[in-house]
Amino acid sequence: MVEYVIEMLNIRKEFPGIVANDNITVQLKKGEIHALLGENGAGKSTLMNVLFGLYQPEQGEIRVKGKKVNITNPNIANELGIGMVHQHFMLVEPFTVTQNIVLGSEPTKKSGVIDIDRARKNIKEISDRYGLKVDPDAKISDISVGMQQRVEILKTLYRGAEVLIFDEPTAVLTPQEINELMDIMRSLVKEGKSIILITHKLKEIMEVCDSCTVIRKGKGIGTVDTFNTNVNELASLMVGREVNFNTVKTESHPKETVLKIENLVVKDSRKVDLVKGLNLEIHAGEIVGIAGVDGNGQSELIEAITGLTKSVSGKIELNNKNIMNKSPRKVTESGIGHIPQDRHRFGLVLDYSIGENMVLQTYYKKPYSKAKVLNYKEILNKAEKLIQEYDVRTPSVHTPARALSGGNQQKAIIGREVDRSPDLLIAAQPTRGLDVGAIEFIHKKLIEERDKGKAILLVSFELDEIINVSDRIAVMFDGKIVAEVKPEETNEQELGLLMAGSKVKAGESNVTE
Amino acid sequence: MSQNKLFTVLVPIISVFLGLLAGAIIMLVSGFNPIEGYTALWNGAFGDSYTLGETIRRSTPYILTGLSIAFAFRTGLFNIGAEGQVIVGWLAAVWVGLAIDAPMYIHLPLAIIAAGIAGALWAFIPGILKAKLGVHEVIVTIMMNYIALFVTNDIIRNVLTDRQTTTEAIPASASLASDWLQSITLYSRVHYGILIALFAAVIMWFIIQRTTIGYELKSVGYNEHASRYAGMNVSKNIVLSMVIAGTFAGLAGAMEGLGTYGTISVMSGFPNMGFDGIAVALLGANTALGVVLAAFLFGALKEGAGEMPTGAGVPTELVDIIIALIIFFVASSYIIRWILLRFKKEGK
Repeated sequence: MVEYVIEMLNIRKEFPGIVANDNITVQLKKGEIHALLGENGAGKSTLMNVLFGLYQPEQGEIRVKGKKVNITNPNIANELGIGMVHQHFMLVEPFTVTQNIVLGSEPTKKSGVIDIDRARKNIKEISDRYGLKVDPDAKISDISVGMQQRVEILKTLYRGAEVLIFDEPTAVLTPQEINELMDIMRSLVKEGKSIILITHKLKEIMEVCDSCTVIRKGKGIGTVDTFNTNVNELASLMVGREVNFNTVKTESHPKETVLKIENLVVKDSRKVDLVKGLNLEIHAGEIVGIAGVDGNGQSELIEAITGLTKSVSGKIELNNKNIMNKSPRKVTESGIGHIPQDRHRFGLVLDYSIGENMVLQTYYKKPYSKAKVLNYKEILNKAEKLIQEYDVRTPSVHTPARALSGGNQQKAIIGREVDRSPDLLIAAQPTRGLDVGAIEFIHKKLIEERDKGKAILLVSFELDEIINVSDRIAVMFDGKIVAEVKPEETNEQELGLLMAGSKVKAGESNVTE
Repeated sequence: MSQNKLFTVLVPIISVFLGLLAGAIIMLVSGFNPIEGYTALWNGAFGDSYTLGETIRRSTPYILTGLSIAFAFRTGLFNIGAEGQVIVGWLAAVWVGLAIDAPMYIHLPLAIIAAGIAGALWAFIPGILKAKLGVHEVIVTIMMNYIALFVTNDIIRNVLTDRQTTTEAIPASASLASDWLQSITLYSRVHYGILIALFAAVIMWFIIQRTTIGYELKSVGYNEHASRYAGMNVSKNIVLSMVIAGTFAGLAGAMEGLGTYGTISVMSGFPNMGFDGIAVALLGANTALGVVLAAFLFGALKEGAGEMPTGAGVPTELVDIIIALIIFFVASSYIIRWILLRFKKEGK
């Protein structure tokens, strides 16, 4: 008989208007890494918060080592040996690693003074055993994000955790750090710990997990062993249909020039040139992808086109009409849609309902208002329609945008922007942080718009995305477009070199400066 | 959603109740009979038609200053300057009342409009400073309060009068006083201003909830960046919000100048209507209806307080303490919410 350390049986958790968890069962074997896979907003975090004692389930039971338990608060979870490594770290920045780890359960000497030396020795020991390489005396504010995450891991181990829950741990890490984290997880299970990994990244699951429980729209779909499955099967289990990883699109037929930028110069708030004489043309019916390392002027370029930042000199024309240094409203009305990079800062008013957000640029027009009086019936009708069409999962149009998951917020923005049918659609990091289902959907929408004869400017740091979706790739480096390549004639390696500023031409990728 | 709405209603009511309860305890401790004390308070506020009239009269400017602060607050601004806006509104109303000779249907509206414009102008300055230079409105409005106070005093002494402390009374053609209202309330000072205040509450509700102006103002208050992205003029909206808030507060000044007193006097300190308006807005959850109800509560407490020393021997200071306690409990509404949630859970 298999020994389970944690069993969550038929868990059901409801929130007003929505069933977040509906009859979900997860069984974690001792010494395994068990993935919890689901789309954004599928109910993974809710389920783990139930296990951690932050929520009480309406139905179902939790067993730890075969014994039924009642976890009513996180302290009980801690006592049962369950530790959570949160996605957003819970660390006190000016404190040292040791101070952070002992916080809340400080060891004391007989006199009542904190015994920081004992704690430090203890932490060093644990750190060495699992290969965490954490310096106990470093200040949190001085160490990297990856290190901070290890401090979180140490914190749970220090408190005697046998089961560690990782909530989307790789979202904040660099590829290098991700590899190191995988190694740490392997050494943890080797030492007898068990791990639940919450994620929507399929590659990670295939690489490090033993088994995987899939949740879809709050329902438990089932558990599979990873050696019996593959990325495609996992994806379709998660999304509920076949997922196409290779973006399907026909050849583009570029027509007249929609956007024309000549010698554009943009300064940032500190008066430093960030766009330095940039030239770019985008035609109707094509997707131009801008590849580049973050901070080479991409954000400033977009802000200049959309009127959010003033340009210093140059020319920006939309359909042969000057739009440089026009107000954002004029630019919007002249036919530009903008899916902003930072959806919380720019894309949505989070305290407005999702319905109110759907008319953010059109509220002053008929039929949404007349003589400055809003017509809520029309606004909500429109919102309902967009929510349907773009598969935005929300309890109602009245739900505050803040309450939606990232993927659904993004779908709402895309719905709003595409629906206005702009001649030029600017999509900045449109799929950042989203799961495969949402990514596929968004790519499909962008291509659909292209096929309708719209011009699309795609800015992304994901080379996969740039290569798969674009019809033409412009490489941006140091405020200029330094090269233009065809996606079918290039590869990630060549793009990587171009993005780093080396002047290679297609076909000569091994020639350096 | 519905739970939120329920809480918005329940929390102020419980706060008021707790404030009264705490007041009763303090009265007991200080050796007074709380039942007698509250009976006197009630009689002082609603005992007969005269006190009722006075309660309404006292509530009228509170409605307007409450609206002023609530309106600014809904759009992400903190209008501490209602105080100064009341004073300049009061001055402008009386000045127009005294300076112009015209039939009532011109004179009275003109004096009221002057008060609104004066308040608006006084709020425009912090608004434009915030919008263009990013100067925090709290600091500027506080300073504007002092400027209003001292400039007004100087104008009363040296311009409107010849070194007197009070102006002449305004003529009947600029007065809000109503013989009819006075006659049915045993000659209290209640005046037609209450209608203006209630109308202003409707206007606030309409602007905030039903117009594109309110949509923009709230949007800018919630998220400046997204508002800019959506093509709204952020600076314009900040100024507009302050101007509308200032108009409400200026009108509160007109209530005093054209309704209650018919004059303006040199003030040794702030009349406190603007500051009390902050409490009114808070208690009224920044909604138009809530502000009206909270203003009546404040008016009743302040009016009834007058009866407590004579009726029950309780000092008026105690009433101020009770009001302060109510505000304290509203401000700590988090605790009340938490307790309510607890009860809900256990009730399941």
